[in-house]
Amino acid sequence: MTPQPLFIAAILVLYLAVVTGTGVYVSRRYQDKQGSFISQYFLGGRGLGGYVLAMTLVATYTSASSFLGGPGTAYQQGLGWVLLAMIQLPSMYVTLGVLGKRFAIVGRKIKAVTVVDFLRERYEGNRAVTVLSAFFIVAFLMAAVVAQFIGGARLFQSVTGLSYIGSLLLFTTVVMVYVTLGGFAAVALNDAINGTVMFVGTVILLFTTVAAGGGVANIVEQLHTINPDLLTPTGVDHFISLPWISSFWVLVCIGILGLPQNAVRAMAYKDSRAMHNAIIIGTVVIGMLMLGMHLTGVFARVILPGIKVTDMAISLLAVELLPPILAALVLAGPMAAIMSTVDSQLIYIAGTIIKDVYLNYVNPQAEDHTVSQLSRACNVILSVVIFTLAIRPPSVIVWINLFAFGGLQAAFFWPLLLGLYWKRANATGALVSQVAGVAAFMIFTVYLPRPLGLHPIVPTLLISLIAFLVATYATEPPQSETIEKFWGYRQEETGAKLAG
Amino acid sequence: MQLKEDPRFDQCNREAKVMVILLILNIVWWYLFAYGLGLRNPDEYTYVMGLPAWFFYSCILGYVVFSALTVIVVQVFFRDIPLDDDESAAGGAGS
Repeated sequence: MTPQPLFIAAILVLYLAVVTGTGVYVSRRYQDKQGSFISQYFLGGRGLGGYVLAMTLVATYTSASSFLGGPGTAYQQGLGWVLLAMIQLPSMYVTLGVLGKRFAIVGRKIKAVTVVDFLRERYEGNRAVTVLSAFFIVAFLMAAVVAQFIGGARLFQSVTGLSYIGSLLLFTTVVMVYVTLGGFAAVALNDAINGTVMFVGTVILLFTTVAAGGGVANIVEQLHTINPDLLTPTGVDHFISLPWISSFWVLVCIGILGLPQNAVRAMAYKDSRAMHNAIIIGTVVIGMLMLGMHLTGVFARVILPGIKVTDMAISLLAVELLPPILAALVLAGPMAAIMSTVDSQLIYIAGTIIKDVYLNYVNPQAEDHTVSQLSRACNVILSVVIFTLAIRPPSVIVWINLFAFGGLQAAFFWPLLLGLYWKRANATGALVSQVAGVAAFMIFTVYLPRPLGLHPIVPTLLISLIAFLVATYATEPPQSETIEKFWGYRQEETGAKLAG
Repeated sequence: MQLKEDPRFDQCNREAKVMVILLILNIVWWYLFAYGLGLRNPDEYTYVMGLPAWFFYSCILGYVVFSALTVIVVQVFFRDIPLDDDESAAGGAGS
């Protein structure tokens, strides 16, 4: 893509200034907040309202692929790819609804700030589960973050004409500053801004595209002329097979609740009402983003036929059809998507290192002041490491990133879900399930990428479930104190409140 | 000692079950319309609002219907319950 007018670049830079400002603003509010630093900094003091919760969950999940690769594939494959994208419609109500208030209540009972906190308490302080979980999070999320930063910098480069290193430096610095200063609260607030930008951009572009193509019926007729396969649920030459597309119900819908950076949001909300509103808002917004972006990708085939690099379909369309200020808004979409994914991952990695490793094993008696300085230092160091890795990504990062998304689901889906709902679940089961799941996912991905036509995540989650059940039943049930802590209640307090 | 379960968990379980049922309905809707109407020669497609009928019902109407059902399910089945055990946020203050 050719460099855009200075105007668009200026708007994008202004945009970066706004999100940085949010970080500074939020950091000022920390001084008069009560409660421990750790809970404030890494979980926003469990204070998210409905709109911010919905948006941070949607934006954390929605990465660049929903704006670049996804619509690009829809451009090639037609409506079948939109059908695939719509599998993500229930992902928000599934994550919030299935982990449910139970996760938020338990999280408060045991004062959990991270998913590993939950697993450590539930699996009775089992060191192997704790350390392995922290390791998976750091390894997989670091690789994912580096990959996203590379994408973000390339995108910024293509839109503004700045050099790759310059784009990377600008992008990393902005994210580092607001995450370090403002912590989780700044991340959530910026996600809300980014999510809103994505939503508005999507709606504007979809309607402009339909108008430019002379209405839906006209566009569809021309798609039929180009290739009738574009109108089928199976894609061009049956590219989208039934077992493959069905696997996505596991990979991008149900499995999402196993991603730690998503699951942690399911215990960050303020009250029941925030959760209710977030379920509704999250579903409406993610549905619109997925439907709008991918359908626009399909329609782009008629408006701008012959695009070679189809990942650029949305950007090219925006520049072609929209006045510069709206084009900049749409172009900010993928940047917003990348930013709101990496910021959540960055703060989550820092939280894992500080809370799950440092405070557990290195210095449990650390004072709030020390923890505060260390947490911020950790964010800065992580950002520098990520920047360095992204300049010339070592092949091991690229390799690990292959397994990041599915690997996190394999490691956390069952230990989280069964730990929450099944009293019998024990540490051995969780540990065996994590090891078997991650190993299975890696082996399938490398040696048998389409077992029975399925995505590797499907057999992986089946194997990790069986491993969990077998190992749990082969060993002792958890101690009654653990069950009491998670399922029991202090009658005089909670009971009285329910009565009143 | 007999465990007395947190009474809030009954409500939590009910909400989680309703969400799973909603998910199952969503999956069925998606499959039935997409593959029930879409697996034929595109020349024989019928159209709704300019779009192939399978796509309109599965993806467009599906989006509208399940967004609406989410609203209804939350209104009907979800309850405003306190999340904290201690009194500092009793009764969901501020909501």
